[in-house]
Amino acid sequence: MTETTLKTIFGRLGWESFPIHEPILFGTFVVVALLGLAIVGAVTWFRLWGYLWKEWFTSVDHKKIGIMYVILGIIMLLRGFADALMMRAQQAIAFGANEGYLPAHHYDQIFTAHGTIMIFFVAIPLVVGLINFVMPLQIGARDVAFPFLNNLSFWLTAAGAVLTMTSLFIGEFARTGWLSYAPLAGLAYSPDTGVDYYLWSLQIAGVGTTLSAINMVATIIKMRAPGMTMMKLPVFCWTALCSNVLAIAIFPALTVAFFLLMLDRYVGTNFFTNELGGAPMMYWNMVWIWGHPEVYVLVLPAFGIYSEITSTFAGKRLFGYTSMVYATVVITILSYLVWLHHFFTMGAGPAVNSFFGIATMVISIPTGAKVFNWLFTMYRGDIRFELPMMWVVAFMLTFVVGGMTGVLLAIPPADFVLHNSLFLVAHFHNTIIGGVVFGLFAAMVYWFPKAFGFKLDPFWGKVAFWGWVVGYWVAWTPIYVVGLMGTTRRVHHFDDPSIQPYFVVAAIGALIILVGILGFVMSIVMGFVKREELRDTTGDPWDGRTLEWSTSSPPPAYNFAFLPVVHDLDAWYDMKARGYQRPAGEFRPIHMPRNTGTGVILAGLSLALGFGMVWYMWWLAALSFIGLLAVAVGHTFNFKRDTFIPAAEVAATENARQPLAVGA
Amino acid sequence: MPSPDSSLMRRAAGLPLLVLPLLLGGCDMVVMNPTGDVAYQQRNLILFSVGVMLLIIVPVMVLTVLFAYRYRHGNPNKTYDPSFDHSTTLELVIWSCPLLIIIALSAVTWTSTHLLDPFRPLERVAPGVPVPADAKPLNVQVVALDWKWLFIYPDLGIATVNELALPVNVPVRFSITSTDQFNTFYAPTLAGMIYAMPTMRSELNAVLNKPGESRGYSGNYTGRGYSDMRFKLRGVEGADFDRWVADVKAAGSGLELSTLVELIKPSEKVPVMRFASVQDGLFDRAVNRCIEPGKPCMVDVMRQDMQASGGHPHHSHPAPAMPPGREAGPLIGDKPKPALEKAPNEKGTGPNVTKPVGPDSPGQLKPGDAQNRDLQ
Repeated sequence: MTETTLKTIFGRLGWESFPIHEPILFGTFVVVALLGLAIVGAVTWFRLWGYLWKEWFTSVDHKKIGIMYVILGIIMLLRGFADALMMRAQQAIAFGANEGYLPAHHYDQIFTAHGTIMIFFVAIPLVVGLINFVMPLQIGARDVAFPFLNNLSFWLTAAGAVLTMTSLFIGEFARTGWLSYAPLAGLAYSPDTGVDYYLWSLQIAGVGTTLSAINMVATIIKMRAPGMTMMKLPVFCWTALCSNVLAIAIFPALTVAFFLLMLDRYVGTNFFTNELGGAPMMYWNMVWIWGHPEVYVLVLPAFGIYSEITSTFAGKRLFGYTSMVYATVVITILSYLVWLHHFFTMGAGPAVNSFFGIATMVISIPTGAKVFNWLFTMYRGDIRFELPMMWVVAFMLTFVVGGMTGVLLAIPPADFVLHNSLFLVAHFHNTIIGGVVFGLFAAMVYWFPKAFGFKLDPFWGKVAFWGWVVGYWVAWTPIYVVGLMGTTRRVHHFDDPSIQPYFVVAAIGALIILVGILGFVMSIVMGFVKREELRDTTGDPWDGRTLEWSTSSPPPAYNFAFLPVVHDLDAWYDMKARGYQRPAGEFRPIHMPRNTGTGVILAGLSLALGFGMVWYMWWLAALSFIGLLAVAVGHTFNFKRDTFIPAAEVAATENARQPLAVGA
Repeated sequence: MPSPDSSLMRRAAGLPLLVLPLLLGGCDMVVMNPTGDVAYQQRNLILFSVGVMLLIIVPVMVLTVLFAYRYRHGNPNKTYDPSFDHSTTLELVIWSCPLLIIIALSAVTWTSTHLLDPFRPLERVAPGVPVPADAKPLNVQVVALDWKWLFIYPDLGIATVNELALPVNVPVRFSITSTDQFNTFYAPTLAGMIYAMPTMRSELNAVLNKPGESRGYSGNYTGRGYSDMRFKLRGVEGADFDRWVADVKAAGSGLELSTLVELIKPSEKVPVMRFASVQDGLFDRAVNRCIEPGKPCMVDVMRQDMQASGGHPHHSHPAPAMPPGREAGPLIGDKPKPALEKAPNEKGTGPNVTKPVGPDSPGQLKPGDAQNRDLQ
């Protein structure tokens, strides 16, 4: 075959695109491939393909989709954290004559992948997954507003993650930092596959996230149980609502920014190049118009999680529910008005800088009010320090420090000396780990028994907790300090030997966090091993207050045999107090959505489209794009979208769990 | 007897306090201990704001630990009031305390942002020492190249690479640009950082108060050579500065346009270079992206565009067609062909990170090619 034919078929994919030269990477590749084969083999051997396909992959059940999102997030957390360990190791040794073990070429990909994966494929899937699982149960709904869309959203996110992971073994990932700033990310300076992998992965995943946000907002607005007015909506649902409203508004900005950058790279336009009037600064504005609210998309649901957990474990109504709701809404609105603080140092005038600086600080007022609300929820409470509550207290002590450094960075002249330094990096890890990650772990421990019917192993859960909390402080305090010593971010080699001890301590901190991560994995494994001992037979293992605890653990496919009627904010607490009795008969058929494989197929085609575009295999891209349109249009003619669960089956399910779960 | 859980919580609270002093012992925090007056004011601002914020942060942390301990399940001597969920007084307090602190900080923010605006000419060289009425600031033009810093002293007719010497107590006005990437010009001991951006000129007014040597960095990641894109910042007394200038002038070669064309090609870990003379207008050429011979300057292109479209900048009409003057191009070489226009044979290969470095790698054949910033 001629060179031209080969290039037409395979684009720029060649032998050098595979890690055949490097024994370590090749070894990893072989091990991963063998593991993958082993899993595929095992699934085939135990004849699980049918089960997985029918019960999980094609499922439109919000609970199963939520669980799949969380599994995706945890798997990607392992990858993102492996990147973190590699960076910490490099920075701990690369001083003076020692160049470290990673060349710049490799190191730059690692920090880009770390940031991209942690935000887009860890934090977002975990947050979306938890909202997916918990929110419909909390509002007393049987599913989300658009069940098929939910399945499609998940698979598009997963397709984006798969495309990112592909870059590990085929070609390279971007070397441009997690937001791929122009002009560096333009074709002139980054001609390789990296930025294309980045753009296509995030575009595909971004469509999923946007669709999911629309779905969640519609669900909360339209599908609340009778009696649940907006001001009786659990706080977690309020934060989920605000978070998703934010996501709907901001993701288009990111999509457009990426789309214009794609045009620059594929068609030769000059939106973000240095030439012909291109304005790279516009790219920075557009990605941060997405980027800063995105922080709140992640942290608002975490705030909701802390509210639910504090209230449950303090055995009290949430203090200041109304002010909590308004604080959430205020944060939502303000978060649109602060993006410029990411580049105060670009030379905007003092009036503009002051405006954005002060707007940023104002966010700390509702946030501060929230912290006080949690405090006064604990006040006069009867606090049971089970694992979720321990995470909450660790959050409050860690997050306020991050909040303080955040306000400090919001003062433009102070930001001038701290911008792009490791102080800044320590600040956002302080808020994201201390604010979002702690909340996600609290939530996973808290709602795990609801999802699987047994609690996580408490010993390993504590190992995870202490590993993360101690590890966080050991890893990031020294980074704050070296930031004050004028050390900038994304550096892979240092001259000044006096800062090495700090990086060594930081690396030790990362290893302690590793213990935390392994502890969490172990708490799942040991929880499964000891599941009979840890079984939740009541459906309400923590003496909960909201509706998700009123059904069995795990809930039946239809969640509630009869939709609950809500009279109070803490609906389940209220029902328990009034001596609620489960209905024992007169069940009716329940109308439910039907599973469909279309989401998997569309996501698979999107993956092929992305891969074809990254590697310049135009035929593959064209075919999969046509396929996408055909399947999407074809699906609109699928009229078999719903099904009825017969009354007899509902009765059987309810009677089976009746002895297990009775209202207290 | 506290329950085991609550004692765990207390230990968690104490941990950061234990770790901090261990880490802070004996380090040189330039940002907290600067030698330039602007950075000094920025340091004071940081200390002041942290102090104000601690007024609320410390009570919150103390209350968190206190409430967590006091209202633990195992404590029989506590008030448990499950219905306590509202108190107008408390609500007022918890909204107004952060509000008051933010009002204070906002006032400080507004004034300090204006006073420390990098474009604003200095009013003092040190606390209590105003700039003399007849003093002229020293002009320094900074060009961020891939991956080194070029400093042009237009008043003195000299230039250096990766070495910035400044006379102490003399106001300096930096004009800053970049040839390819968004860098930040960052000398932590002198003043805050400011972006160096292609096709744009940013400014920084600063002064150094103490002699001595420190480091300057690029704060914004720009690719492969970024980590080693550092410069020496030397503060020198007046007489020593004159001697340094004389040394540079005796150094030999000058910085001509042709030298600059070579200099702007990507290179890493560049040692200090000194140029005894400087051709006029190099900084403007860098801003206007016309360093390579034959490239039209952006400013000329824009003027041409404007004339073609009616002349007046505020009443301009779109030109009937793209005027030929729009053909501005990349600084060196040609604009890369976009992916969809590439013939199969032009696609190249997307290498993996492990691709071996060979003698025929493009980095060695075309070291100056802008597309080939990954110098393998």
